[in-house]
Amino acid sequence: MSAPVSTFVNLRWGFVACGAIWTALQLYLIHSYGFDWYIAITDSCVSTIALAGACWLIDNTLRFYQPSKSSYLNLLIWCGLLAGICLAISRFALPAMIKDGEYFVFVIKSLIIRYFTNFMAIGWMAMISLVWYAQQDNKENEKRKAEAEKLAKEAELYTLRQQLQPHFLFNSLNSINALIGFKPEEARKMIHQLSDFLRGTLKKDDQQQVTLNEELAHLQLYLDIEKVRFGHRLQTEISCDEQCRTAVMPPLLLQPVVENAIKFGLYDTIGDVVVSLRGEVDEGYLVIIVQNPYDPQTAKPRKGTGFGLSGMQRRLYLIYTRNDLVETYVNDNIFTTIIKIPQP
Amino acid sequence: MKQVLLIDDEPLARMVVLEYLQDYKDQIQVLQECGDGFEGMKAIMQSQPDLIFLDVQMPKINGFEMLELLEQPPAVIFTTAFDEFAIKAFEAHAIDYLLKPFSKERFKKAVDKYLAQSGTPVQQQKQTESLLEEVATQSPVQHDRIVVKTGTKVKIIPVHDVLYLEADDDYVSVHTAEGSFLKNKTMSFFEKVLDVRQFVRVHRSYIVAIDQITRIDPYEKDSHIAILKSGAKIPVSKSGYVKLKQVLGI
Repeated sequence: MSAPVSTFVNLRWGFVACGAIWTALQLYLIHSYGFDWYIAITDSCVSTIALAGACWLIDNTLRFYQPSKSSYLNLLIWCGLLAGICLAISRFALPAMIKDGEYFVFVIKSLIIRYFTNFMAIGWMAMISLVWYAQQDNKENEKRKAEAEKLAKEAELYTLRQQLQPHFLFNSLNSINALIGFKPEEARKMIHQLSDFLRGTLKKDDQQQVTLNEELAHLQLYLDIEKVRFGHRLQTEISCDEQCRTAVMPPLLLQPVVENAIKFGLYDTIGDVVVSLRGEVDEGYLVIIVQNPYDPQTAKPRKGTGFGLSGMQRRLYLIYTRNDLVETYVNDNIFTTIIKIPQP
Repeated sequence: MKQVLLIDDEPLARMVVLEYLQDYKDQIQVLQECGDGFEGMKAIMQSQPDLIFLDVQMPKINGFEMLELLEQPPAVIFTTAFDEFAIKAFEAHAIDYLLKPFSKERFKKAVDKYLAQSGTPVQQQKQTESLLEEVATQSPVQHDRIVVKTGTKVKIIPVHDVLYLEADDDYVSVHTAEGSFLKNKTMSFFEKVLDVRQFVRVHRSYIVAIDQITRIDPYEKDSHIAILKSGAKIPVSKSGYVKLKQVLGI
């Protein structure tokens, strides 16, 4: 129960105000029966204080203990019991304080109506407390759930980013191993490229957006490494104007897409492969178009659902809660992926 | 002199193997280097090597699919970068594999092991077969296509292009709209690997793609006949009919 203090303070003042109104009403009522002010004030104060005590008791109990649906009857019995105690206080304390025969008869006669008003007041208090604290609990639960979801989301984003690394990493190390033997200078260069690339993937935080320019710089490191691995077979064309170089996007989004394009291109066709990437800004969106050749005869049947694409789609969904940001087309042996990134 | 093929799509990866093989100049001769599974398959059929170094992830068809197409696969040392699933399969079938990047010592161990036991090719072939069986039944990724050979050509059939499968002696005939292709596997193998939501084994000798069925007619007593969109008539056994009714919810 860590509801903000202010709501408790408000609740307490509300409680005091209700007590005051209750006292005033009772005061007026008793006075209207022809008793003097002294009697009316004593009676209304004593019975209201007793009633307030009972209400406070039931409210406090319900704050820390939420009864299950089956024990509502118990709650009702408790209300009845507390009303009875309040009544007993009125019955025995008031005549002891006010020695007046006419007033004593009035107290005895009004016992039944006092009992039911007490019961109803305590019952109301119980109901309000019940609803109030149940709502507080709900709010708390929802907050906790939202937090848990946020954590899960972050974890998922993290794994989505990581998933593609091992294969690429080990193959790159293998290429370095080969180069060390006969081209040590190139091996050294590739180690630096690989280090820069890995450093780039490690320090990025998903909530922080990067400019397309930064993303492309990172992508270039990846492409340079892939070019060493696959030699002259892989060629890339990257084009975008100055305006879209400053457009922002989630970090590390393009690498899996390009990896996918390279895989489709290199793995499913034999011969040279040109992977092209084009960026443009269009009506509040950064649009990135990636194209690669592919062979419809041998490409896996479920087109475009390679891990690279579905992973990216999931990431965009988690970030923008939209499913319509990625489109893929196939024509004339060219596979096109279009990614739209909403600009702030 | 043992004759060897290198099959890997990365030139640098082949270069490492070539370099390490320098120490075996007197025992091992490298016939050819191949950059993908197609090339590899052709080269194997032409030159019948004793041993191949085979990468798993490759263009067109992967290393396992390539082996599947060979009647008599040679001894294999797999080279792979990262594939948890494949590594499990290699270990289970005691076939040697090298995890990239591998050291010269590790490489020598694998080659020496091969040279020491190269007298028993039959056993090696059995190991390869059981490996392929496991890969095909356990791998989460390979079931969306069937790789078949027609003459010297390789054909890749996406699973959703398959109309039905028919037992044909030791083979299974894969029927598609473009014709039918033989695959040296058993019906129970396909029953195991194909998605049960897409395919039903309606008869001892037939597995049918559910979305191809247009009608089921009674035929003789206790048996039925399924008519496909292509017009093909497929016998349905008594137990096959029960399964079919279950899948179709009738």
